Amino acid sequence: MSGTSYGWLVLAFPLAGTLVIAFGWLRPGGLPGRLPGWIASGAILGAFLSSIGALIELQDQPEDARSLVDSAWTYASTGDFKVDLSILVDPLSVFMCLVVSGVSFLIHVYSVAYMDGDRGYHRYFAYLNFFVFSMLLLVLAANFVVLIVGWAFVGAASYLLISFWYRRETATRAGIKAFVINVIGDVGLVVAAFLLLDKTGALDYAGVFAQADQVFTHNDGTLVAACLLILVGAFAKSAQLPLHTWLPDAMEGPTPVSALIHAATMVTAGVYLIARTHPLFELAPAAADVGAIVGTATLVFGATVALAVTDLKRTIAYSTISQIGYMVLGVSVFAYGAGLFHLMTHAFFKALLFMGAGSVISAMGGIQDMDRMGGLRKAMPFTFAAFTAGALALAAFPFTSGFFSKDEILAFTVERGGWYLVLAIAGYAGALLTAFYAFRMVFRVFYGNPVAEARELEQGHLAHHAPANPATGEPEDTDVGFPAEEHHIAERERPMRAAMGPLAVLALLAGLVQVPGVSDVIEKFLEPSFADSHFHDTAPSDGSEWIGLVVGGLISLVGIGAAYHAYVRRRGVTLELRDRFPRVHAFLVNKWYFDELFEALFVRPVATAGGFGRAVIETRFVQGFIVGGATGVVRVGSSFARSIQTGYLRGYALLLLLGVALLALYFLLASS
Amino acid sequence: MNITWFLVLSAFLFVIGAAGVLTRRNPLVVLLCLELMLNAGNLALVAFSRMHGGQAGQVFALIVMVIAACEVVIGLGIIVAMYRNRLPIDIDEMSELRG
Amino acid sequence: MWFEQVLFFVAGIGALAGALGVVVVRNPFYSVLALVVHLLALAVLFLLLHAEFIAAAQVVVYAGAVMVLYIFVVAYIGGADEPLRPDGGMLHSFGPLFAGAIGVELCIAFIASGLDALDTRGADLGAGFGSPAEIGQLLLTRFLVPFEAASYLLLVAAVGAVVLARRRRGLEDIGALEEVGAPPDRREPPSETTLEVRV
Repeated sequence: MSGTSYGWLVLAFPLAGTLVIAFGWLRPGGLPGRLPGWIASGAILGAFLSSIGALIELQDQPEDARSLVDSAWTYASTGDFKVDLSILVDPLSVFMCLVVSGVSFLIHVYSVAYMDGDRGYHRYFAYLNFFVFSMLLLVLAANFVVLIVGWAFVGAASYLLISFWYRRETATRAGIKAFVINVIGDVGLVVAAFLLLDKTGALDYAGVFAQADQVFTHNDGTLVAACLLILVGAFAKSAQLPLHTWLPDAMEGPTPVSALIHAATMVTAGVYLIARTHPLFELAPAAADVGAIVGTATLVFGATVALAVTDLKRTIAYSTISQIGYMVLGVSVFAYGAGLFHLMTHAFFKALLFMGAGSVISAMGGIQDMDRMGGLRKAMPFTFAAFTAGALALAAFPFTSGFFSKDEILAFTVERGGWYLVLAIAGYAGALLTAFYAFRMVFRVFYGNPVAEARELEQGHLAHHAPANPATGEPEDTDVGFPAEEHHIAERERPMRAAMGPLAVLALLAGLVQVPGVSDVIEKFLEPSFADSHFHDTAPSDGSEWIGLVVGGLISLVGIGAAYHAYVRRRGVTLELRDRFPRVHAFLVNKWYFDELFEALFVRPVATAGGFGRAVIETRFVQGFIVGGATGVVRVGSSFARSIQTGYLRGYALLLLLGVALLALYFLLASS
Repeated sequence: MNITWFLVLSAFLFVIGAAGVLTRRNPLVVLLCLELMLNAGNLALVAFSRMHGGQAGQVFALIVMVIAACEVVIGLGIIVAMYRNRLPIDIDEMSELRG
Repeated sequence: MWFEQVLFFVAGIGALAGALGVVVVRNPFYSVLALVVHLLALAVLFLLLHAEFIAAAQVVVYAGAVMVLYIFVVAYIGGADEPLRPDGGMLHSFGPLFAGAIGVELCIAFIASGLDALDTRGADLGAGFGSPAEIGQLLLTRFLVPFEAASYLLLVAAVGAVVLARRRRGLEDIGALEEVGAPPDRREPPSETTLEVRV
């Protein structure tokens, strides 16, 4: 089978999974037990194996021919402009497919056990498969049209999954917020596609990139505008400043959803987009610089806020925002291999962290607040080990995967020199904060005195609380639309352990594929996709890379040590700090007041305009004047017509005579 | 002896009948006025038949007479039924065909 | 010639007088009698127009049968003198007005029209013009369908008259009482059912 046939299979499996599960729901009683989960996992396993097939086929091709395009049918074809439903199998897309389908498969397996008992089990797996299908469609697209289709589907799937527990008002509001911000990104992307189409006359990647060299000059105005709009799309999807406010709220969704969508796959779509359109960015370095600056600002922002928030899932969410800032920085300084490598390792350890968090929250009976957790180490050894592995990778502990990937990005940034050094220093500062907050989580949750739930679990008895909204505390029931009553922890469910184990191994060891000077797997693999990059040769030497790695390793150790000191040795020092700098703390906990800013700038004026529209325009003008006027005219006319129907025969006769008289008059006049 | 005079006479008779239909309240008299109008039409028909020399007008007038007779029969039957059911014999009271 | 003209005027005035009598006279009985006079005058006019058969039919059928029927009904019902109703306002004033308007228009049409034939005395007539033989021939050849239709009409009218005139007991038997819509021995007028259309 050819590479593109494998590509179609990669798309077909999750789509088939969605349909089978969706139609299985029609069977009375639905599909039994955990079957929907296993069907979904099987579909994603099929996609993963097909990706491997595509990989093998691709590697069989000679290096300069590793870009296979296949189209299913033509959408539009006029003159010399043609748009197809076509997929592109090249190293970049196969890389993304492997990461997406691999991590998705493990998360599906985890969900099989984690979501058991939920009334929306079928719906969950149908949505999840649909999401993976959309993400793979986005990644395999060969032109902007299919990309935008996949982009929109992914946004829709994200909305569906964030508001999965739809009877929770906080969840539906979060879903709407995510969708609205995503739409802003969609608009940017579509307008960028229009601009590119206008200037280059093509919409497929090959056409656009080939024309770009001839049509655009360096830093051409239209090109910069198009690239900035692409960045808008990327920032909305990848939760970068200022379009990031939806991601922490998206934690309202089930934990595996957070793991899949908001850590490993969907939020990386923006990074993929910048990497895919790299010829345009290299022709318009101004836009790339904007991307680098925003990426750096975001990583600092995310790291600082993660220091202060106490909700476990939201801490990990801000960590995601921060780490994607690293990736955006990487691809914006044209370090594509490094950026995508970090994407891969981040997928591993972030998904692992979320899975661990899910297990912890289950053990706590649904409580997500770290202030109420402590000492779970003895009660949950497996979860502790897995979570710590993820935290080590996040903190870039020496020789973990995060260590190699993050520091490679920073080494590239340093290599670019000039003012990029400022970004690199900010990146290292962010790494210090990252190490600190990663182990803040570990020490607060697993160390210290065991809380009541931990002690119960040590006795072998899973804690149980009355179902309530973790954010607002209002009580709920456990019917459809709300989470299930039963909770599942990794220690008791084999599927959860089966998913977390491989990820822990990968988080710790996956860095070995890209050790500077030793192995170069990722870079070599991705090279054909980026062969046309002008900046490909500005890679740092092995020596400078090792210096960067040493610096990064030291920073990580310092951060972990500081966290150990603050949370284990001298407990309470952070509380003193909080009391001494209340305003700083408030600034961080309120997420730098972005939500309040947007509320004042956008939400409130629009709401006021809407209220005005409803009160004045809708009620008075449309209802009263236009609708009321039309019906009023009809009513008056018909009441007039009704008044003729008196029932008096003589009146009718009079009208008859009148009509005859008028007719005769008309004929008289007409004939004269 | 123009045909015109016959036609003018027929017009006058028609108009008198129409005025009578509109102004009288007794349904019997209204029917009588209807007869007036029909007869005026008959006169015009016969006059035109004389004018053309064909007999179609006279045949037409004969049929009109038949129709008038049938109409009178039914109309009087209705009035008698009204009387029998003790309804007032007044056209203005029969006003149920209204909207 | 002059004889014809005199006869025309006499018959014309008689017809007009009869018509006015029908409309103006208060007592319905006298109205019927006025109509009889009108019908006889009209028969004379038909004779003047060489329509002998029609004139005869007018006298025999119309004045003879239909008016006799009318007189019977007026005698049965009584038909009291109508009081003058003040409410008749609009109809009283406008009715004759519109009727008069029609009359004026018709006269204008007849007198001022350019029809040449109207000014003549009419076409030359054959020998049997207006005789029963000619009319009978036409009825059975050219106007067969109207003839048959008229006979149907007469049948329908007869059946209708029988249905209308039956005693109530007969109507109950065939269940047609509900269709007539008259409950037995009610003094007050039937309830007014109105159909309100609400917008």
